[in-house]
Amino acid sequence: MSIEIQGINKFFDKFQALHDINLTIPDGQLTALLGPSGSGKTTLLRIIAGLETPEEGRIRFSGKDVTDLHVRDRRVGFVFQHYALFRHMTVAENVAFGLNVLPRKERPGKPEIRKRVKDLLEMVQLAHLANRYPTQLSGGQKQRIALARAMAMRPEILLLDEPFGALDAKVRKELRRWLRSLHDELHFTSVFVTHDQEEALELSDQVVVMSSGRIEQVDSPVELYGRPDSRFVFEFLGQVNVLSGKIRDGIMRQGDAWIRLPEGCENDDAQLYLRPHEVRLTQDASDRAHLPFRIEAINLIGAEVRIELKPDGWECEELWEVGISHTEFNARHPQRGDRCFAVPDVGHLFCEHAAEPTTLDWR
Amino acid sequence: MAARKHRRVGDSPVVRRSLVGLAVALTLLFLFMPLALIFVQAFAEGWAGYVSNILNEYTLHAIGLTLFVALLTVPLNMVFGVFLAWLVTRFRFPGRKLLTTLIDIPFAVSPVVAGLLFLLLYGSNGWVGQWLGEYDIQLMFSWPGIVMVTVFVTCPFVARELIPLMQQQGREEEEAGVVLGASGWQLFRRVTLPNIRWALLYGVILTNARAVGEFGAVSVVSGSIRGQTNTLPLQVELLYQDYNTVGAFAASSLLAGIALITLVVKAIVEWRQSRN
Repeated sequence: MSIEIQGINKFFDKFQALHDINLTIPDGQLTALLGPSGSGKTTLLRIIAGLETPEEGRIRFSGKDVTDLHVRDRRVGFVFQHYALFRHMTVAENVAFGLNVLPRKERPGKPEIRKRVKDLLEMVQLAHLANRYPTQLSGGQKQRIALARAMAMRPEILLLDEPFGALDAKVRKELRRWLRSLHDELHFTSVFVTHDQEEALELSDQVVVMSSGRIEQVDSPVELYGRPDSRFVFEFLGQVNVLSGKIRDGIMRQGDAWIRLPEGCENDDAQLYLRPHEVRLTQDASDRAHLPFRIEAINLIGAEVRIELKPDGWECEELWEVGISHTEFNARHPQRGDRCFAVPDVGHLFCEHAAEPTTLDWR
Repeated sequence: MAARKHRRVGDSPVVRRSLVGLAVALTLLFLFMPLALIFVQAFAEGWAGYVSNILNEYTLHAIGLTLFVALLTVPLNMVFGVFLAWLVTRFRFPGRKLLTTLIDIPFAVSPVVAGLLFLLLYGSNGWVGQWLGEYDIQLMFSWPGIVMVTVFVTCPFVARELIPLMQQQGREEEEAGVVLGASGWQLFRRVTLPNIRWALLYGVILTNARAVGEFGAVSVVSGSIRGQTNTLPLQVELLYQDYNTVGAFAASSLLAGIALITLVVKAIVEWRQSRN
């Protein structure tokens, strides 16, 4: 079931939470609403569910207008950030709730309900906890039960509000994979809200980046990471190294730093954005660029060694970060305080007088 | 060194012991002894005397009236309290904060003043009372007046127990319920009510205790007509003024008994609440 969102405006008193949102969420895909807190992503999700009413705009499920349809009749599955399990009911009663409140005519018989609950609990691999109460469960278990409860009504749309937000890193990763495989198996349309860019990029087919109640960009994870439309998206999607300077005759300069740009760059004030993996470290300056640094910190944990760099003889708002392999690190053994140079391979140039960024490639 | 225990700040044995001693002494002197004395006095003429005092025509009538008033007041305030708490915690509207404050008026106002207000408004010379009088409806100096002031005095108990709890529990469970297709009534009966049941029961117990024991407001509007508008607390006073000390204490022992039962039930409910 696809979701079409058209011209949504939402106000909380005088504060406008959403500005003219237009978006299509394709059938059977996993879509992430990504943004910092206050960007309106949760409000949009709640509007899709029917938990909030927009002042303007329409919501359609596969072409059918559901804007004026009550939450209880929209038949979507909703998973809350803090699980919202019914605290006085056992796990099995929680999962059976949706079935038990069906009108008598539509309600399956007791044995049928029991069987459906058992199947659902097996699906989330928690059948052994059927008679426990929510307080006796861990966060990860609670979230699985919340998912089983939402799935009990066999919804074609599943909405998840920061589903992994309250969990610790390890459980989060595990649940993420599990949700992905569940989605691939059952093919419902899912929308989930997150402020974690890694989660959004790893899990979804399509990412909607939001900020201050507006949609910034809608794209697949690969496109989004490779070609961000704006500085905001670039900065929000992970670590970024920025050089601000003036372009004169194909060279961008600021203080002691300069980079020779590929052909075709107009004279302008500009900012060059570089991802940590798009930069190499060398001991000497090259003819491509002169970006002197002092090593500020070295972080060995992880697949790469992350090196924090402080500009030497020029300025930037935040320290640069460059990743080098452990092999390279062991060969050269850079120390705190060492002087070194960065050489860009790929960069993204935002000019003051250009609407769109240009991707530069020196390789 | 090993024998020396770690002490925390403020944990001085001298202070602790003297505070505990003081608390025990005060409890004995001001709580336990008076309570025990009620029963000692009530049984001063032996078991037979006690029974005959209780079975006194007017005392029996006062017991009946008191239970009748409580029976009307408690359900009324239970429904009122749930509605009010629901309104205040689940909706946003102008004047919500003011309303939350106004709930406490019956606690802030002296019950005698409350009684006088009702008398002025609904008495035969009052604004509403005159109008009602034309239809031969008399509220004051009869049981409806007693119920009215009792409802007024006890109306905050349930709401005040529920509001903080419902605020803390939030509306997420109710939202989860409605997304799963529950109707308004199903939501209340299956989600909201079970979540607040112990606090509600606690509020009901307090309402009942106060409704049974209320003296000030009731004494103003009842007129203390023996065998007609005398509740148990008023009957105690009347008996005492008649120099029937044993009778007064026998009637008091009933009120004290209700208080003790209330305490036990309250303790059980609190224990259940803390377990949930």
